[in-house]
Amino acid sequence: MKFAVIQFPGSNCDQDCRAALNGIRGAEAEFVWHKETSLDGYDAIVLPGGFSYGDYLRCGAIARFSPIMQAVVKDAVAGKLVIGVCNGFQILCEAELLPGALVRNRSLRFVCDMVTTRVEVDHSPFTAGLQKGTLLRLPVAHGEGCFFADEATLGELNVNRQVILRYVDASGVATPAANPNGSIEHIAGICNRERNVFGLMPHPDRACEQRLGSNDGAKIFESMMRSIAGDQARAA
Amino acid sequence: MKVIVTPKAAVLDPQGAAVRDAMQHLGMPEVRSVRIGKYLEIDVDGDEAEVEPRLRELCRDLLSNPVIEDYELQKVEEERG
Repeated sequence: MKFAVIQFPGSNCDQDCRAALNGIRGAEAEFVWHKETSLDGYDAIVLPGGFSYGDYLRCGAIARFSPIMQAVVKDAVAGKLVIGVCNGFQILCEAELLPGALVRNRSLRFVCDMVTTRVEVDHSPFTAGLQKGTLLRLPVAHGEGCFFADEATLGELNVNRQVILRYVDASGVATPAANPNGSIEHIAGICNRERNVFGLMPHPDRACEQRLGSNDGAKIFESMMRSIAGDQARAA
Repeated sequence: MKVIVTPKAAVLDPQGAAVRDAMQHLGMPEVRSVRIGKYLEIDVDGDEAEVEPRLRELCRDLLSNPVIEDYELQKVEEERG
């Protein structure tokens, strides 16, 4: 199963994403430079973390106009799975593939920590096989990860069950102390209405080996692979 | 041309709040709020009237994010006049 890991100038988790994916049985990840214009032949797309274009203007604001983004949008509309991690999440919001925006952490501090997130839905291609309420330990590292959406958008996100992950404490309760950046309603990750585009601030790519403190991130990539295999089987 | 980008009222501006607190602390308790945005000075070639609609589009698509920010486009000439 082939994953495209997009490299923007300033991406710095591209290596992590490729290494994490290549460590998962059945997955194969390749870099795709942002000047490319096609993502044909890939089963899924990964927008990695980092500081694309130095975070100039706003995080993700310039990367969103990279040539490859037209292919990302085209494939996303066609139903291909797209995951954006950290800066990748910011790019997906700037590209309007996901609603809302990510703004400066409420603390004004860059946060680099291990957090606990809770799976909020029964079914999503990114949490297939994980029951609602499952806790995932994942690292965060960002200065602009505070999710914001206006009330109407937030209402839609909840009604359509688009909130995939929320920040919680070790016992699974969403407390203010467990929210690392002040995100509205403790939101850590959301999907689009069609459920094939997922953005999250925590890094599953940095949590695919127990010796890194957690391998819960692999569960997200494995879920994607399970969903893609299911779709391909149905299509055959 | 000048473009001024400001955070929307509904969006938290922790940077502005920190500066407000500092101003109050430095002897200006009258300061009720501070909002921090961006200011862009843009030089363009050609006829401004012709450029303006396209610049306005870019204000919306690139220079600001309408989810969290408002923008204002100002023509320098108007100010001088």
